[in-house]
Amino acid sequence: MNCDEAEILLHALIDGELDAGHAREVESHIAGCPRCAAALRDYREMSKAIAEAGAGYTAPAALRQRIEAALPQPRRAPNRRAVLRGFAMGSAVSALAATGLVAIVLRNDDAERIQAEVVSAHLRSLQAGHLTDVISTDQHTVKPWFNGRLDVSPPVIDLTAQGFTLIGGRLDYVDARAIGAVVYKRRQHVINLFVAQTGTTERRAARIDTVQGFNIRHWSDRGLNFWAVSDLAKDELAEFGEKFEGAMRSAATG
Amino acid sequence: MPIKASDDDAEKARRFRDAALPCLNDTYTLARYLLRNADDAEDAVQECYLRAFRHFDSYRGPAMKPWLFAILRNVCRAEYARRATTPTSAIEDVPESAEQTPLWHEAEETPEAQLVRRWDSDTIRRLVAALAEPFRETFVLREIQNLSYREIAKVADVPVGTVMSRLARARAMLRSAWLAEEEQCK
Repeated sequence: MNCDEAEILLHALIDGELDAGHAREVESHIAGCPRCAAALRDYREMSKAIAEAGAGYTAPAALRQRIEAALPQPRRAPNRRAVLRGFAMGSAVSALAATGLVAIVLRNDDAERIQAEVVSAHLRSLQAGHLTDVISTDQHTVKPWFNGRLDVSPPVIDLTAQGFTLIGGRLDYVDARAIGAVVYKRRQHVINLFVAQTGTTERRAARIDTVQGFNIRHWSDRGLNFWAVSDLAKDELAEFGEKFEGAMRSAATG
Repeated sequence: MPIKASDDDAEKARRFRDAALPCLNDTYTLARYLLRNADDAEDAVQECYLRAFRHFDSYRGPAMKPWLFAILRNVCRAEYARRATTPTSAIEDVPESAEQTPLWHEAEETPEAQLVRRWDSDTIRRLVAALAEPFRETFVLREIQNLSYREIAKVADVPVGTVMSRLARARAMLRSAWLAEEEQCK
């Protein structure tokens, strides 16, 4: 590898976008090239400085209020007209934007989209006051709470003895549908277990993916889809899923 | 035909608030960097959120942040077009050939040069704001918004390879500016 190639690829190395084979090639070039090594060091330094200094901006409160005010309000009759007036500013550019978005949307397959939504739901839940609708470490309190709120009854299993503390439950929205979320904690890490109905009763073995830095363990069993989402390491999230599936099986047979 | 306000609207608005408002600071940050003006950024973000709400029914991913960014970018494009008619404030568009310039012409400093370690957010904002489009956009999406190359490619509507070369150029230019500032401080 020469400097020209390394100069582009070392950024992918910094950003964790390089596969293992290319990463080794770049690293071996850098090991023998002081100039590229200096660049890599400076770029890393720069990224670190930016992350530490915080180069973002905070939206003015007035902006948030204006946006809130333009949306249909809950409780009192929503004034859709006012919203539409706001949109009247959108011109042909807006129509173009819409078609561009459709193209983006279509390129994502369903599973990928739902994973992204599950991660968004997880992120939302981490904001203050959004984590649980019902707070209880008692599965016999959390489980009945879901009754009547969902078309499925999510299994709520106490895994405290296995090192995962039940925190409570929550209603969430994924794929434009209400979905049950059972919330667990291990140390300081929150695990959201999202449960939704599936069309089939077929059992699907678990797979773990990483989306935006969060690990997702997805599996299907007994007509239910499960997504466990957390910033826990993959092996710990896998352990959670296995413990949960094990407990669910023994509950069914016992 | 009059449109009847319904519970669906309120429900849709609630879902939209939950999904989109947590991204407000990030969206505003991107607008500030793209437009380099606080008032214009506010207007663009408001317009972006209104458009996003209108298209929310057809939203099927990707993640909310890149989706909003793609809309914001279109709003900002319109703003560029408006500014282009007022020559004093026009944002220069970099010709395609500029992206082909060899990177090492950017940084002539010796490899031993050390970067200054005490950079406050004002300095960083100023240096990033001085980058030319589209390098600034790519840099902000990566370094400040933490998007993946694939997400940046979707937002900016370019191939991933272009994202990589723009990012390399942006970082090289910023490194030069960074080192030049250090030189002045001496």
